[in-house]
Order: sequence, then structure tokens, then C-alpha cells
Amino acid sequence: MNWDRRIPGLGDLRLLALMLFMTALGMAMIYSAGQVEVRSVATGIWVRQFAWFCVGAVAFVVTSRLPLRFLEWLAPALYGLSLGLLVLVLFIGTGPQGSWLELGPGRLQPAEVAKFGTILMLARVLSAKELEFQNLSQLVRPVVIVLVPFALVLLQPDLGSAIIFGVILIAALFWAGVPLVKIFLLVSPAFSLLLGFNWIVWGIWFLIVAASLYVHRPFILESVSVILANFAAGALTLRLWNSLAEYQQDRLLVFMNPEVDPQGSGWHLIQSKVAIGSGGLFGQGFAAGPQKRLAFLPEQHTDFVFSVVGEELGFVGVLFFLGLFCALLWRMLRVATDSTDDFGSTLTFCLFGVLFAHLVVNLGMTVGMLPITGLPLPLISYGGSFLLLLYAGFGVVQRVAAER
Amino acid sequence: MRRQRGKMAAIAVGVTIALLAAAFFRLQLLSGDQYTLRSEENRLRAISLPAPRGTIYDRNGLVIAENVPGYVVSVLPGRRDTIASTLKRLAGHLDLSRERVDELIATNRARPNESLEVLDDASFAQVTFIEERRPQFRRVVVEPRPQRRYPNGPAVAHIIGYVGQISPLELENPRYEGYEAGRTIGKDGLEAQYEPLLAGDRGVRYVEVNALGSVVRDFDVGRGQPAMPGNDLQLGIDLELQVMADSIFPEGMRGAIVAIDPANGEVIVAYSHPTFDPNGFIGGIPTSLWNSLRDDPDKPMLNRVSTATYPPGSTWKLVMSTIGMKTQTLTIDTRHQHACAGSLRYGNRAFRCWKSSGHGSLDLSGAIKNSCNVYFYQVGQGIGLDPLMAGVEALGFGERTGIDLPFEMAGRFPQSRDYFDQQYGPRGWTESVVWNLSIGQGENDQTMLGMARFYAALATGESPVRPHFARYENLAEQRVDWDLDLPEARRIELVDAMARVVNEPGGTAYGNRLQKWTLAGKTGTAQNPHGAPHSVFLGFAPAYDPRVVVAAIVEQGHPDGRPSLAVPLASRIVNRYLESIGIPPEETPGQRPVVAAPAGVVVTAPEVISP
Repeated sequence: MNWDRRIPGLGDLRLLALMLFMTALGMAMIYSAGQVEVRSVATGIWVRQFAWFCVGAVAFVVTSRLPLRFLEWLAPALYGLSLGLLVLVLFIGTGPQGSWLELGPGRLQPAEVAKFGTILMLARVLSAKELEFQNLSQLVRPVVIVLVPFALVLLQPDLGSAIIFGVILIAALFWAGVPLVKIFLLVSPAFSLLLGFNWIVWGIWFLIVAASLYVHRPFILESVSVILANFAAGALTLRLWNSLAEYQQDRLLVFMNPEVDPQGSGWHLIQSKVAIGSGGLFGQGFAAGPQKRLAFLPEQHTDFVFSVVGEELGFVGVLFFLGLFCALLWRMLRVATDSTDDFGSTLTFCLFGVLFAHLVVNLGMTVGMLPITGLPLPLISYGGSFLLLLYAGFGVVQRVAAER
Repeated sequence: MRRQRGKMAAIAVGVTIALLAAAFFRLQLLSGDQYTLRSEENRLRAISLPAPRGTIYDRNGLVIAENVPGYVVSVLPGRRDTIASTLKRLAGHLDLSRERVDELIATNRARPNESLEVLDDASFAQVTFIEERRPQFRRVVVEPRPQRRYPNGPAVAHIIGYVGQISPLELENPRYEGYEAGRTIGKDGLEAQYEPLLAGDRGVRYVEVNALGSVVRDFDVGRGQPAMPGNDLQLGIDLELQVMADSIFPEGMRGAIVAIDPANGEVIVAYSHPTFDPNGFIGGIPTSLWNSLRDDPDKPMLNRVSTATYPPGSTWKLVMSTIGMKTQTLTIDTRHQHACAGSLRYGNRAFRCWKSSGHGSLDLSGAIKNSCNVYFYQVGQGIGLDPLMAGVEALGFGERTGIDLPFEMAGRFPQSRDYFDQQYGPRGWTESVVWNLSIGQGENDQTMLGMARFYAALATGESPVRPHFARYENLAEQRVDWDLDLPEARRIELVDAMARVVNEPGGTAYGNRLQKWTLAGKTGTAQNPHGAPHSVFLGFAPAYDPRVVVAAIVEQGHPDGRPSLAVPLASRIVNRYLESIGIPPEETPGQRPVVAAPAGVVVTAPEVISP
């Protein structure tokens, strides 16, 4: 409780510098994304991003001054509020997937707020007492805490955010010291769901799960539930798949071969790859990328902002950005490792996980390695709620670093 | 525990980011060129720049075919429905019929990646309309494109031909290798004959388009290529004479006139009647026009100079005279056993002369002057069928002249007895076929051009030059491998006789002699089973220093008791030509000069002081 010992709330100045620098770079890229020769919503939107930055800066200052104990105390309320918003958005949500709440002058994505709330809640639960994790049933509480918002965002449906909730859970358990094999068994039904398309592949997977159960020898009830869950997931795969709308199927599948539908669902991917590929070593020059300029590249200020980086700044620019992300993640990891506070350390690591997942999913999408899930690139993509969440998160991380 | 997990996390981050970096490396550096190309394909559209065709000039530098500014309206490639809606919006303003729109949509479906040519002769008003509404027609490109125009179209229609869009069939023809759909090519006549010369090379211009397919700007960073205009072509044709032929050709008749410079084979006049206006064919031939031309019984599109054959009639008698002299069966003084009494019997069949009262006894010169059939039946009889067929072949009548114009026809003349055996059966014919052949009837059809070539040989005594339109040195040197093979004195005797035809009272063309020069020639009246006989005239002038050979035919142009229509036509053209090239008048027109002036040397007459 000695938060007024040093510069209030600021524990890692390098992290702060990286955050501000990358936000500035992001704004520059959003500015460039708006330099197009057709009518576009992206034009001039960097100003809005700047406004969001200002809001985010306030959030940053506030969260960096909040004592961790206060946050811990606040966690259940915030979590509850998040769930409330997620339910609310199902009814009065706006935007393409009904994932926005109109809020006076701006919009809010409750999913972003919920990520923050869930992280705090998880960190509180996992740091409350020394868990031994001998039994999978000990994981029921953390799993349920994540599963509720996970299910709610899937209902929107917002697959990208759902993935992030999964990542939050795994990150929290990983950091709490849950044995890796338990985490593996926990997420194994998700893989069953993925591999259930092919009975042979699924069969092999099932054997692997069974083998690890045999080696690990957990309690009977636990083993049975893992096996049943894998069975159920594998059996549900096709049924779930068929219940998806065609455009959703396309979106998930097309990354494997975008050329099957170059004008339709493959368009985003092909144009993104063309933009990045044509950047070469040094790029086409800031704000001058033809793919972006002539509107071939869709979502150039949000999901595909990094394609603009690739096209205009080339491989050199890409490496520079990747380097910055590396440094950012490294600083966050250091804060999480160095913290003596279980709550602070866990939530920092969760935020690290969220940031990392966004980075991988977003970049994997722009180069065509992963399906299009609509996750923005942290600090670079346009998006107010996400920036707000990040800044609030970074504020807390600073606080964690300060309270070390 | 945390340190260990932190290390694991750090390794996971390092490995993943390295993987991502590798993915970017692959895209940007390994496949960079390929994606750069994709990016350019995305946004650059090639717009082909038509090369202006070469201008075609007549012998005096007058323009026969030229280019005038025109506009082409086309739609850039894009999504089908967008193109369809653009076309529908354009249709009303560009006068496109519903059928035309459907046709264009079909074309676009067949070639979705090429820009679609909607209209290739847009008016200035239509262009202005589009330009004023640019935002509505972002996908529409208006380019200037030279349009072909023939200032005196009808007068030169059959020789110049016309131009039009290349057809799918022509695209597969190796002759048009490297041509692309929508390109304008010469379709007929000299436009087709000299296509490689006139066409020039297309250029290309690139425009940048955005994702919606709208043109953003010109893109010209060392990529475009200017069009290379085609070469000009100069002809030996005299445009004024063509126009004159068009205006003086007997109204409502069919026929043709061709004039050749015997010294170099240049075609000075080649006119076929009735004619059509090739300007109407530019930018696609309207179906109604095409049908009316095709169904017209007068066949206006038929080139009667080189693509139609006619019985040569009495103009053939000079061929008979030549072969008779060559085979030593005839001299200028030969009088035959039978004087002309209006007809001559072969077995129990009477072969008639045109003058039923008969010509009496004639020598060759008189028989040519009077065009006596009875005399020439006996000439043929004297030569005999086999030597006649050999002699005709030796004078090049079985072959095309090789003129530089598509679709030339060869003349027809039997080459062996097998022909008659096949035609009439081995016993179905008699030697009397020679009689018919002798007066240019029967199994004897020639083009006017082929006849003119023979008369050129007759006029000069040399191997005739292959007739041609384009003024090229090498063409002027291409002579056939035969000549009359007649002593000069004999040839002059024949020329004398032909001079009598025109210049002596009683000659069949006496009414159309020239005031200043000696026109030598031979009239013909070719029997025509479909109506009145055709009127034919072959001749040259000045007779002893020939500068022009003329052949004229007016179909059904010699009704009974009426003057022959071909003769005045030919005579007037020759007269005008000699005037226009400044040939000094002869001292004694109609008579052989005492000393023939060497060809090409202008002899100044001594000044005569009039009293």
C-alpha cells in the first residue's frame, strides 16, 4: 500500500515509451490508410483515433493510480458489469455483427470491456489462495468465469473475441502453474471440435488424449469427463459446421485457398497478400501504396492495417514493427515475472497473452496463414474500445510494475 | 515456477514472431516480384492506341483514303452486372438498340478481361454528353481514334475496298497474327491488299483504375508505347479520271472501264459501275445496307474490272490476227476464199456476220476495220483448233494478270480438246467451235483487265508489265514471260488497221475519234443470252507512241441499231488523260506519222504562223 512512493503508478518507463511510440506509429498508419482515391470511411479517421487516444490516456492515468487491492476488490463488480453489457448488446447491439453499444458520441464494444473484467476476475480467483491443481475440478471456477463471456460473445457471433477469451483462460492457468498436461486435457475438446471433420485425424487425436490420460493418471471422473467431452466435441463438429451460415464457413475456409473465390470471400486475403508482397524490401513509400490507395485492400485502417505497413514500408518496416512488438511483449513479460503480487502478476500475464494472441491472429490473417477472424492489431489498428482497453490495461501493468 | 513459465512464454513469443517474420520474408522478398505484378494487374488497364492507317494518294497526290478524327466509346472490364448497368445507362444516349446491348453483353462474357468497345464512331455531341457526366460514367473511356474516310468513295469503291473490325474468323488467320479483337483492318480492295503496309503498329497506354474499376489517372512511367502510323501508299490511279468515269458512265447501265500505262503497267483508271459508297461501311456495315447491296440485281459490289469475265466479242479478233500472223496462216493482205455475204455455212449451219448484207471481199486490215465475222471464221479455220488453243495460252489468257487486288479472276479459254469432250461428249462437237472462238464468243470469257494487258502488248510490242495499282519500282519491272512474238512490221500493220477502226470513215468507232491524237482500237459486240449485246472497246493512244491502253465494257450497251456505249466512254477517258499529262497534239491525227517519235521523247512541232 505504498503507491505514493515513486512517480505515482509508473513502474516501467520503457514500456510506457514503447506504448506511446507504437500508438503514434499506429496513428500514422491510420492516417496513411485514409489516403485513398475513393470515398472511404478511413479518410481522416486518424483524428478520431487521436481522440480515443486522449480518452485512453485518461483511462491509463486513472488505472495506473488505482491500487491493485482496490482493483482486486472491484473485480467482481466489473466482471458483473461486463456480463451485463454483453447481455445487453445481444438485444440492442448495433454495427455489422451487433457488437457495438451506442454510447453518446461514440460506440463501445462490450466485448473489450468484458476481456478486461474477465482478466481481473480470473486474476482475483487464481491468486486468492494457493491452488494445487491436483484435480481438474479445481479448475471449474476459472473455467466457468471465462466460459460465460465466451458463450455470450459467440452468440453475437464474434469468433475473434471468443478466441481471446480462450487465450485469457489458458494464459491465466499457465501462469498460475497448472501442469501443462492438465491444460492440454482441458483444451483437448476444442481440438476435437476442430479435428472432427475427419474421423481418422480425430481418431489419432483421441489416441493421443487417451495416452496422456494413461500417463497422467488423473481421477476416474476427470478422465471420463475429458473423454466424453472429446467425444461430444468430435461428434458435434459437423453439426455445428452445418449450422454456420455460408459466409461464415467461407471466411473460415478460404484462407486455405483464397483463389477458389477471388472476387468473393477470397478477395480480402488475396488483396492483403498482394499488398504485402508488392511491398518488397523497402515498400512503396509511406501513404503511397497503390493497393491501399486504389481501394483494392479492404479494411485497410482496421483489420488489415498491417498490410498497409507491408505495402508501404516493405519488409524492413515489417521487421521494425515486429521488433517493437517483441520489445513490448518482453517488457510486459518482465513485469509479470518480476511482480511479487500474485494478482498483479497474473493479470499482467493475461494482458500479455491477449496482446500476443491479437498480434499472431491478426498478422497470421494478413499473410494468409490463419482464417479471417477480425481481430485488430494492438495499438496500430483503428478501434476506440480496443485502444481504451489496452490503455487501461497498460495503466494497470504500470501499476503492477510500480507496486513490485 | 514463474521464471520457468516466463522463459517458456518468451520462447513461444520468439518462435512465433520468427515464424511470422519468415512468412513476411516469403511474401515480400521471395514472391515479391510476383505480387508486384499482381498489384499492377490489379490497377493498370492497358488501353490500346490505334495507329492511324496510311493515307492513300492518287498519281497526282490527291487523297483517295484519309483519316479524320473520330471517337471510340468503350467500357473497362469489370464485374458483369456493373458493365450491364453501364451499358443500359449509355444505351439511350448512344442510340444503342436493345439487340446491340445484348450483343455487347455477350461479347463481354466471351472476353471479360478486355475493354468493351461500345461505339467506334461516336459523334462529338455524344462524347460531350459523356464527358459532362463523368461521375456517372467512371468506367467509360472515350478515346480519339482516326476514322477512315474516302473523299470520293463511290468513284474508287471497287479498288480501294473498305475497312472494318476484324472478325473472329479473320483473327484465326495467320495473316492477322498479333492482331487483337476489335481492331480495324482492310476488308477488301487495296485496303486489304496492302494491310501490312497501311496498318502501322498499335500503341498502348496504361491507366490506373481503382477497385471499383473507375479510371483514376493516366499511368505513364515508361510503360506505354506510342502508336506507329501506317505507311502512305501512292497509286498510279488518276482520281480525277475515276470521278469522271463515275460521272460519265451511262446512267442505269452496268460495266467497267480500266486504263493502263503500257510502259510501266500502272493502272490509271479502274472503275466499275454501279458502285457504292465505302464510307457507309466504316464502323460496321448496317445490316440493311449490306442486304440491299447484296440483293441488288445489279451487284454493285462486284468489281467488273478484274472479278468479272465477259465474252470479249470482236475485240478478240486482234488475238486471232496475231496468232494467224505468228502461224504464217495470215498476212495483212490475205483475202480468203469466201467473201463476206452476211454469213458462212459450216456443214448445214450458217454462221452469221453482224452485217447481214455482207462486207464483200476484204483483206485483214479491212476485216479489222469493219469487224467482219465471216473473214475471221476463216482466219480461225486457217489456224486450226490446236494451234489456236496453244497460241491463246502463249499469250497469257489462261492466267490471272496478278494485279495487286484481291479476288482477281482468270480468263477462260479451252486449252485442249478434252475440254470439248467433257463438255459435249467425244462426238458431240465439231471443229466449228473454232469459228465461234474466233469472234470472241463461245467458250471464251476474259476479264477487261486481261484484255487490256494483251492490248498493252499489242501497243508496245514488248512483254506487258504486270498491271498494278501501287507505285513501286519493282512492280513496274515485273513483266510477263511472253510477248507477241511478231515482227515489228507485222505489229505496225495491225496497229494501222486498229487506227482505221477509229479514224477512217466507216470504221466501227469512227464517231469517237480523238481530235488531237490517233486512237487505235477495236470495238466489240458480245452476244449476251440475257438481253442486248454487251458493248466492248479495247484500244490505246497515241497509236504509235502509246501512253494509255483502255478497256471498257457496258453490259447490254449495244442494242440493235443504237451506237455502242463503251466506245465514247473509253474515248473520252483517253482524251482527258492525254490532255492531263500534256501530250502534244499530233500533226496529222489519224494517220501514221512519217517517223514515229521514240517513246517518251516529246517532239516539239515547228511553229506554224497562221495567216
